[in-house]
Amino acid sequence: MNKPFKFEIDGIEIEAQRGQSIMQAADEAGVYIPRLCDTEGLEPQGSCRVCVVKQNGRAVSACTQPAIEGAKVENETEEILGYRRDLVRMLYHEGNHLCPICEASGRCELQAMGYRLGITQATKYPYLQPARPVDASHPDIVLDTNRCILCGRCIRASRDIDKKHVFEYVGRGINKRVGVNGNKLAETDVKLNDRAIDLATCPVGCIIQKGRGFFAPIGERQFDKKPITLGVGPGKNRGKS
Amino acid sequence: MKKRIATVSLAGCFGCHMSLLDIDERLLELLQQVEFDRSPLNDLKRFTRRCDIGLVEGGCCNEENVHTLQEFRRNCDVLIAVGQCAVMGGLPVMRNAIMHSDDPLRECLETAYLDSDKVYNPSNQIPNDAALPLLLDKVYTLADVVKVDYQIPGCPPSGDTLWNTLEALLAGKPVELAYEQLRYD
Ligand code: SF4
Ligand code: SF4
Ligand code: SF4
Ligand code: FES
Repeated sequence: MNKPFKFEIDGIEIEAQRGQSIMQAADEAGVYIPRLCDTEGLEPQGSCRVCVVKQNGRAVSACTQPAIEGAKVENETEEILGYRRDLVRMLYHEGNHLCPICEASGRCELQAMGYRLGITQATKYPYLQPARPVDASHPDIVLDTNRCILCGRCIRASRDIDKKHVFEYVGRGINKRVGVNGNKLAETDVKLNDRAIDLATCPVGCIIQKGRGFFAPIGERQFDKKPITLGVGPGKNRGKS
Repeated sequence: MKKRIATVSLAGCFGCHMSLLDIDERLLELLQQVEFDRSPLNDLKRFTRRCDIGLVEGGCCNEENVHTLQEFRRNCDVLIAVGQCAVMGGLPVMRNAIMHSDDPLRECLETAYLDSDKVYNPSNQIPNDAALPLLLDKVYTLADVVKVDYQIPGCPPSGDTLWNTLEALLAGKPVELAYEQLRYD
């Protein structure tokens, strides 16, 4: 029953255990499937769709879809790269992403995904330019959801690891955003050393540790020289320098 | 025949033009292949004839920017948005989302000319001379106003990025940038 089985990603044979997602099996085999809402140590939630792959011809999110024995999975085809480019572009258009002034620039996973996917083309979407208030009430932490991609990583880290429920989704549809459990961050029990506040938890520049902006010089930031790939996430190589 | 290039800086800081000068001695190579038409580099204020490539730095923050951009679109076969300001508004676009303001433009002007304690403005007026181009309600990206054929992101894009893009365009080849040459900051 619990025997490992095999399937293929872009023609490469991958071994998987029963119950593993396509992403987990791919990670163990060292094959990178791009992702934003999924990160090591948190339950997958399957919301950003950047990990979209085709399993036996059907588009699924690799982080939540169980691997199937003998399945043929497409990961880096032109069609799928096109979907991923559009998804990443829409995330850019939905928020306010001013990379030249952003603390996360150079270590931001959204930006790194744009680089990896080679996004330069003229855009077909409008910029929504929301005006979301910045919450700088906490002595150690700033929350700027103008850059939020609604990945839920802060929510899951706070709920499942810190056991605090500091962050939660509020609103629906286009008005959905991340809120805090209280009127402002200073009124919650959030602490600087919570996993939710770890620089590796938020993939973009929403959760900022005061006094730590722009800590790595240009040229030495995480994604300055190397594209985003496996091994990015809390406890890995982010936010250490 | 040499290709013709026109360049302009709209709501930009001229950093992108400075970056073009950063191609250093390759400028001479470029001048073998192209002739500059309307551009701040040669101080030509009007198009002398139709151009193959238009490089536009900066987005649109006033009426004059819009007219200039439309003129570039009319006169250039390939229109390229150069730098974050042209691509997505860049730093000037910050005025579109001044927090909690129903009237971000007014708040921006009042802070810049009246309210800030750093301001020295004895007349206590916001400049409104008829000779000044009218500010737009918001800062617009190039693609908001005209069809843009290509974008070169970066603030500014490096000299190498600009050079590789121009070289490929002039040779009629697809643009291929090395990983380090594609930047949004
Ligand atoms: S969060 Fe990332 S993509 Fe957004 S402005 Fe910051 S660096 Fe750029
Ligand atoms: S604040 Fe950061 S971690 Fe939280 S949902 Fe937004 S992007 Fe994700
Ligand atoms: S993109 Fe940067 S360098 Fe270019 S005009 Fe805008 S602010 Fe200046
Ligand atoms: S990583 Fe799978 S949906 Fe976000």
